[in-house]
Amino acid sequence: MALLSVNNLSISFGGLRAVDDFNIQIKKGQLYGLIGPNGAGKTTVFNLLTGVYRPDEGIVLLDDKNITNLKTMDINKCGVGRTFQNIRLFKKLSVLDNVKVGLHNRFHYNTFEGILRLPKYRRLEKMMNEEAYRLLEVFDLDGEAKLSAGNLPYGKQRKLEIARTLATNPKLLLLDEPAAGMNPNETKELMETIRFVRDNFAMTILLIEHDMKLVSGICEELTVLNFGKILISGETNAVLNDSRVITAYLGE
Amino acid sequence: MKDKLKKMPKTWLDNLITYGMVIIVFLLVQMFISRGLVSNLLQGLLVPLCVYVILAISLNLTVGILGELSLGHAGFMCIGAFSGAFFSKVMADIITVTAVRFTLAILVGALFAGVFGFLIGMPVLRFRGDYLAIVTLAFGEIIKNVVNALFVGVDSRGFHFSLKDSMSLGLEADGDVIIKGALGIIGTPRNSNFTVGIVLVLITLFIVLNLINSRDGRAIMSIRDNLIASESIGINVTKYKLMAFSISAALAGVAGVLYSHNLNSVAATPKNFGYNMSIMILVFVVLGGIGNIRGSIIAAVVLTLLPEMLRGLNNYRMLIYAVVLIAMMLFNWSPQILAWREQHSIKDFLRKRRKVQ
Ligand SMILES: Nc1ncnc2c1ncn2[C@@H]1O[C@H](COP(=O)(O)OP(=O)(O)O)[C@@H](O)[C@H]1O
Ligand SMILES: [Mg+2]
Repeated sequence: MALLSVNNLSISFGGLRAVDDFNIQIKKGQLYGLIGPNGAGKTTVFNLLTGVYRPDEGIVLLDDKNITNLKTMDINKCGVGRTFQNIRLFKKLSVLDNVKVGLHNRFHYNTFEGILRLPKYRRLEKMMNEEAYRLLEVFDLDGEAKLSAGNLPYGKQRKLEIARTLATNPKLLLLDEPAAGMNPNETKELMETIRFVRDNFAMTILLIEHDMKLVSGICEELTVLNFGKILISGETNAVLNDSRVITAYLGE
Repeated sequence: MKDKLKKMPKTWLDNLITYGMVIIVFLLVQMFISRGLVSNLLQGLLVPLCVYVILAISLNLTVGILGELSLGHAGFMCIGAFSGAFFSKVMADIITVTAVRFTLAILVGALFAGVFGFLIGMPVLRFRGDYLAIVTLAFGEIIKNVVNALFVGVDSRGFHFSLKDSMSLGLEADGDVIIKGALGIIGTPRNSNFTVGIVLVLITLFIVLNLINSRDGRAIMSIRDNLIASESIGINVTKYKLMAFSISAALAGVAGVLYSHNLNSVAATPKNFGYNMSIMILVFVVLGGIGNIRGSIIAAVVLTLLPEMLRGLNNYRMLIYAVVLIAMMLFNWSPQILAWREQHSIKDFLRKRRKVQ
């Protein structure tokens, strides 16, 4: 049974059909790649899946639950976490607090308990700190916990964004070009971290990447988008050797 | 690891300094007063100072912590001032213990201002963009004008309202007009004093600082820093915007109660509850450093005292005032200015020069 099942998803901006009849089935525990040239509609697919845009047509099922027209916040509560192509951190908050905002819906105390510093506040803040540090350690960010997120170097900002999303305890993790702007060493390390997350958090991951070499290393299955339409879907090796994919990437 | 330990207690220490600063100033002023070193003029400024400080702290919650622009903070102060004074006047004979009545008046003022904040925020804060600035601006002016035209009387049959004159209230012989249109409320009990003002400043600080350093505060600041990311990790953006804005409004209401109980009568004029007042509070917040609570306190105090202090130096008054304004812009604690100062630091400049030589 598929964890994420998307059928016939479409959206237009003015005259432009940015995503046209998009279908995908992702099984639990899979590391799935969504690739395609710039402007193909990959980020738009993420925005549709997370309720940033409302689709014109189509259905999104997560664990057989229809999440198509839910609000972004509720889609996250259902178990979809994402990162952004242009990093979106809470820049003025500390690295630690960025992750703690991610923990928001998992540790509840109310406003009065917070303002009056009641025992529940102390207990839960302690638990949140421990949980946040545990996540930061996975991404080797615990040393920078007290720094403002905006002051982190670029590569670490990308990692922090993933850590913050994982803090929400998603079933499905959507990563939008996590290696963009990284040097080859950072990229390699990041890919290892992604694999580590999949294995140790039992995570299902949908990864956008426009560099084909990169995805071929870690993704089991790929879907290729071109001009909003699916060009081909299937096992990584088969997809990468398909002549249509090569044409789409290298031009006619 | 060393870094981690060094930076751990920073907010805790920061907050302690803020509380300490307020308490020390309070003790010093009390000492000076007891030795007769404080002029009458200055003594008269002490409660208004507390009012401005509370207004500045509470506006900073909306502007600096939530990241929304409000241009009608004086409107919430107005609601607090009138609802609190109204309560005190009506209850004057019923609740005779001053402390109890005044405490309840403060709560009434906070509640009314908070409810208005909620009602205004509810339709506006759903949208993205600077709608709040426009709506609060209008709200501040409307409230001032409505209060100016409002007549409220009470008699054995209950409350009566009118927007025309006191005659049209149709009161019984035993009736009493409490809010008299442009004259406002006359004969409010003067319960405010410097000590009460400082206590309210400390309570405001306690609420705002503890809110900032809690789960809700982090959610509020995450909206300020990146709304889309905030939604994507499951934060109820509308709820937390409303929460911050309502608390900010309620605290402005507290300032209003303090203000109206410092006078024999309270009437809405352009000077006290108008646009100018809202802008003045915003200036305190901006010059003290957006998002910096301690900065708001210092700016409110300095910029209120300065014009008074400079009265003696008549010719140079505006010049000095201008210099202080510029200095405060450069030496406040807003994150942007801190970053700017780091880039343009004189120490670094000298060090670089030395290296080159
Ligand atoms: N909000 C929007 N309004 C108008 N056009 C949009 C919007 N979002 C995306 N598009 C268009 O949709 C197409 C696909 O964009 P995008 O999904 O960002 O591509 P990719 O992530 O694959 O590089 C582009 O032509 C882009 O200009
Ligand atoms: Mg993209």
